[in-house]
Amino acid sequence: MKKFIKTLGLLVGLVSTSAFSAGGGHLPYTVDIDLTDKASLQNGAKTFMNYCLGCHQMQYQRYERTFNDLGIPLDLGLEHLVFTKGTKIGEHIKNAMPADDAKKWFGATPPDLTLEARLRGPDWIYSYLKSFYVDPSRPFNVNNTVFKDVGMPHVLQELQGVPTKQEVFEERLIDGEMKRISLGEQIVVDGSGELSEDEYDVVVRDLTNFMVYIGEPMILERESMGWKAMLYSFIFFVFAVLLKKEYWRDIKK
Amino acid sequence: MSNAPVDNSRRRFLTAATSVVGGAGVVAAAVPFIASWNPSTRAKSAGAPVEVDITKIEPGQLIRVEWRSKPVWIVYRTPKMLEQISSISEDNLKDANSTADQQPEYARNAYRSKKEEIFVAVGICTHLGCSPSYLSDGYQEIVEGQDSGFYCPCHGSKFDMAGRVFSGVPAGANLQVPPHYFVNDTTILIGEDGGAA
Amino acid sequence: MFKNLVEWIDARIPMTRTYEMHMSKYPAPKNMNFWYVFGFLATIVLVNQLVTGIWLTMSYEPSAAGAFASVEYIMRDVEYGWVIRYMHSTGASAFFVVVYLHMFRGLMYGSYQKPRELLWLFGMFIYLALMAEAFMGYLLPWGQMSYWGAQVIIGLFGTIPVIGEDLALWIRGDYVVSGATLNRFFALHVIALPLVIVILVFLHIVALHEVGSNNPDGVDVKRPKGTVADEDKTKFEFHEYYTSKKDLLDDVVPFFPHMVLKDLMAFGVFLFIFTYIMFFNPDFYGKFIEHPNFEPANNLKTPEHVFPVWYFTPFYAILKAVPDPFGGMVTMFASIILLALIPWIDRGKVRSWRYRCGLHKVNLIIFAMVFIVLGYLGATPATPFKETMAKLFTIAYFMFFVALWLYSKNEKTKPLPERITK
Repeated sequence: MKKFIKTLGLLVGLVSTSAFSAGGGHLPYTVDIDLTDKASLQNGAKTFMNYCLGCHQMQYQRYERTFNDLGIPLDLGLEHLVFTKGTKIGEHIKNAMPADDAKKWFGATPPDLTLEARLRGPDWIYSYLKSFYVDPSRPFNVNNTVFKDVGMPHVLQELQGVPTKQEVFEERLIDGEMKRISLGEQIVVDGSGELSEDEYDVVVRDLTNFMVYIGEPMILERESMGWKAMLYSFIFFVFAVLLKKEYWRDIKK
Repeated sequence: MSNAPVDNSRRRFLTAATSVVGGAGVVAAAVPFIASWNPSTRAKSAGAPVEVDITKIEPGQLIRVEWRSKPVWIVYRTPKMLEQISSISEDNLKDANSTADQQPEYARNAYRSKKEEIFVAVGICTHLGCSPSYLSDGYQEIVEGQDSGFYCPCHGSKFDMAGRVFSGVPAGANLQVPPHYFVNDTTILIGEDGGAA
Repeated sequence: MFKNLVEWIDARIPMTRTYEMHMSKYPAPKNMNFWYVFGFLATIVLVNQLVTGIWLTMSYEPSAAGAFASVEYIMRDVEYGWVIRYMHSTGASAFFVVVYLHMFRGLMYGSYQKPRELLWLFGMFIYLALMAEAFMGYLLPWGQMSYWGAQVIIGLFGTIPVIGEDLALWIRGDYVVSGATLNRFFALHVIALPLVIVILVFLHIVALHEVGSNNPDGVDVKRPKGTVADEDKTKFEFHEYYTSKKDLLDDVVPFFPHMVLKDLMAFGVFLFIFTYIMFFNPDFYGKFIEHPNFEPANNLKTPEHVFPVWYFTPFYAILKAVPDPFGGMVTMFASIILLALIPWIDRGKVRSWRYRCGLHKVNLIIFAMVFIVLGYLGATPATPFKETMAKLFTIAYFMFFVALWLYSKNEKTKPLPERITK
């Protein structure tokens, strides 16, 4: 039995290393999300509905479910977060942009974002939203270090300010001498945005949090059921062991 | 030695206890499968209450709206129609006083409605589910003394302008009145009681 | 009352007899260890897949336009739909985990040797049917990985000389994988293959009960009639089907309840792991549900890397290791066929690796490791180093059979015990 567990451990180890190493390119930032933080989720929902929904839908998720899960009263949600006229609370989160026009404007239909967090992971979304920079060669005057040659404008620029990619230097004391050390190319914001850098980080983090929620709105319920199911498995195991021992008592080894 | 369990209380207790634990697990595991047959959010959302604008409805007219995929009638009854409803003898009706639960409490009255002139009903015959026709005149040939009423073409059930079923027809109950309330003078919400909203 | 009912039924179908023959009076060697639980677990998983699968079809929409959205409908709108879907997706991977362990058990203890060759073959047929079932099922969510995985694998058939292109076209029913492919895969996945698998499992069990279960020592627990002294005979009562032809040693226990209880213990552990994955890590680091599959199928855009699901990756690595595509396909199918032919490749007479030569043990362990490494290589983006490794390990995979064939002829084995040991 011990040998078996060891083998199994080895196997799981192998599989998970391969899983992580297959993760792909390095992301500049990581993000801690918290699905129990309703204020953060509400704030994320607000940012999404105001800045993203114009182009990106969440066509598999309904307003009603979202508002209920996020603790937003339905009438308030309908009034402040639903911008398409005549939309009922039970309908999917969609915009009014015809897909054909969108293709003309952006070169491709902006993707649905319901499952974006499951497709790319929260770190990617967070990094992506912080990695726009001015690039006059692009149609919308911006590019992105995480998503090269992105076909989307920097929608949150009014919040973040104008980001540029430039080499950043730092003065450091080395061997008793002040030296200018290059920290490589980084994205620097000019401060023209409505938010400070920290405030912007919070907005982006909340948005990421919201998108993780939308990707799998049942995560919290899933995990709470999981504890019960695992506890049950354990209890069942204990009884099975006791009963097995009872029956095998008389069997000579 | 046989394969039958030795008569031993510990063995019997453990067998019973394990069976109970196992059975409880099976029951718990069955819950998602049974619950998944309930109307989904999509179905519930499609069956959500319907708002109807009644400004354009004329006296004597019937409009149909769909609620939970069923036809719902809204009839603007004229004073003459109301008069004729009161004139019917109780003996000619199966349930003249709406004793059966075919309507919300607020429609258990003489005209089976919230407002006297506005009648709301599910347009499905209580016999076998056909949708009766509305005859705004010429009902005299079907029921004497009534200018208008509902007649089911499938098996000939007859209802008066309050949806009450006449005696001597296959249908056994009055037409169903769905939950509804007046949001304001011009709008009805079908599918929800006023108080609950 | 109850007794009368049983008698009434027994007079009409052999209910009690079947129950006794295959459950309460079926002799199972008492030294069967934990490696013997995976057959039982595979049956449990099969039932899980059947039940959850039936329930999923109630809300799933088999069409190119509706499939992807209907999966999200199940996940979001159907009450507890996500539980049923995760049970099914986790179950698919669990199936292969237990089947691979079950197969390795067979290799360790020589459970494929005479007279269990047909039993092994039925098992291999189940495995093949299971691979087809899993492959077709993976197309149904209609995500990017579903789509491109199917495109690549069906494309394999296109490499067959002369008929290949037409064959691939015929399988797809279109010039690329399309709604037509989805619909036929759906039909096969929900009706045809489950039926085949259930029938094969039935035959697998019939074959097992005819020849009797092997055990970790690989020595027989049945002796010719009249050769066993009374005190060495089993004290349990077994079905006369087994006792009339042979004498049973005191080394067997009834399958029910004794073996079933062992299996239930294992089931508890299995359930613990299963529920952990299902409720806390349902996509299992993108291995059980690959992340690109959260994007709907798009026939104009290939994902950066296309990998089959983990349980196919060892064979995928073998496929890619051969430079010629058709050669790769032949090699891949050969790798499975050789496994099916192992009862005849192994010329040894001793079953369990406990009493076989040291080389056999080493050979088997290396084989298992090679399989795992191939699985890793088939699941990660290729680099020149990995490509070389894949070639080496593909050769190593086939060397297992060559070596087995060679050393098993005149193998120096350890003396077999008279009776089963602990």
